[in-house]
Amino acid sequence: MIIFDDVHKSFGLHEVLKGINAEIAKGQVVCLIGPSGSGKSTLLRCVNGLENYQRGRISIDGTVVDAASPQVHTICTRVSMVFQRFNLFPHRTALENVMEGPLYVLKENRKQVRERAMALLNRVGLADKTNAYPASLSGGQQQRVAIARALAMRPQAILFDEPTSALDPEMVGEVLQVMRALADENMTMLVVTHEIQFAREVSDSVLFLDGGRIVEQGPAKELLRHPKHERTKDFLHRVMHPV
Amino acid sequence: MTKFIAHATEYLPLLLNGVWLTVMITLFALCLATALGLVWALFRTSGIWSLAVPTRLLVDFVRGIPLLVVLFYIYFVAPDIGINLTALQAGTIGLGLAHSCYLGETFRAGIEAVDTGQIEAAKSIGMKRPLMMRRVVLPQAFKIILPPYANNMVMLLKDSSLVSVISVQELTMQGKMLASSTFDNMTVFTLVALLYLCLTVPLNLLMRKMEIYLGAAG
Ligand SMILES: Nc1ncnc2c1ncn2[C@@H]1O[C@H](COP(=O)(O)OP(=O)(O)OP(=O)(O)O)[C@@H](O)[C@H]1O
Ligand SMILES: [Mg+2]
Repeated sequence: MIIFDDVHKSFGLHEVLKGINAEIAKGQVVCLIGPSGSGKSTLLRCVNGLENYQRGRISIDGTVVDAASPQVHTICTRVSMVFQRFNLFPHRTALENVMEGPLYVLKENRKQVRERAMALLNRVGLADKTNAYPASLSGGQQQRVAIARALAMRPQAILFDEPTSALDPEMVGEVLQVMRALADENMTMLVVTHEIQFAREVSDSVLFLDGGRIVEQGPAKELLRHPKHERTKDFLHRVMHPV
Repeated sequence: MTKFIAHATEYLPLLLNGVWLTVMITLFALCLATALGLVWALFRTSGIWSLAVPTRLLVDFVRGIPLLVVLFYIYFVAPDIGINLTALQAGTIGLGLAHSCYLGETFRAGIEAVDTGQIEAAKSIGMKRPLMMRRVVLPQAFKIILPPYANNMVMLLKDSSLVSVISVQELTMQGKMLASSTFDNMTVFTLVALLYLCLTVPLNLLMRKMEIYLGAAG
């Protein structure tokens, strides 16, 4: 469904993605792992047009993503994104955050949008927080609202950029649980994460990115248990055995 | 003191005429400055070169000229290119134009101070720029902008005294005329100063209230 074909991306002279080839099938959960600065966020942001890329192509269901084209907005209505720092709209309640996209971008009927937003908040376990402003929610709660906001667009896929990295440890579980439920419902997901446990249990395949290249990719269990490349071994060792 | 009060009651009706005009000039100029200032700020943050660069030039140009000269320019030079304005019109437009450039910079700073994560979140749910500005950026920029905006409003009110030099009979001009006919400089200008304070002090208080209210709304 999402196809990366020899994607190159530079910031000025600094080449960050050096020819990415990968494919994510419909309903698959793919985890993207790799050291800091390897280009994980950049790759993700190219998928929904937040960044442009110079060479190669990314296509979603056959539509090429081009950040410079005026149609880039329609890509965003089909592929949602969940950010590390939640990025909820602080001046709107949880419910309003979820309703914003369907109401103002998709221009759907207010009453129906409201009902669906309520249902989504219920689904992420926040039925009692509909009228709360983001500032009064914990990090875990905010991230779950952000997931509901992403789901409200009825996306064909969701991109997650380190969704649990900014959370206190005791809140990581509640967010991962919501993501797990999404995976069980066959949502297509591309997840940048350092949660190796989650990657092993939930994802279908894992991409290991280092220095702007995919060093290794394969089924999650196999790659995480028996990495072939030295760099993958090194990285996994460091992530799983922090000093 | 009783003499002051006696004279003051005598002068007050004339000066209040001036107050009325000062308030009207300030209000109209403020509307103009706010609308134009918003346009300048949106142009400058548009990322569209052909809008941003001319706007920047205009803003820097006007900000680099004394307000008094801007007023003279509009009042005395405009007729030469076929635009005839009354002193009142020229004064109001001049004030509004000059302050639109000060406000434009304030608005731009406020827009740019909104967290980039907010812009990315807006884009990630498919918002195009106008919708993103209206629903996400401007409401958040508003809170950042309000204190300097209030400050600017008080400055505009005080700057409105400058239009007296192109013979608009607002508060300062009324005071000047009254003082030269009565030779009672002390009473007249004390009154003028007090009347300005009566306008600016409530404005400051109102804005402080609003800031606290907005701060609490989160
Ligand atoms: N807007 C930008 N301008 C210039 N360079 C950038 C920009 N964004 C990212 N980079 C550079 O691109 C490289 C990859 O960044 P990226 O954020 O994709 O890494 P990452 O794998 O997500 O790292 P992390 O795990 O720290 O989030 C880094 O060297 C970074 O400095
Ligand atoms: Mg990153």
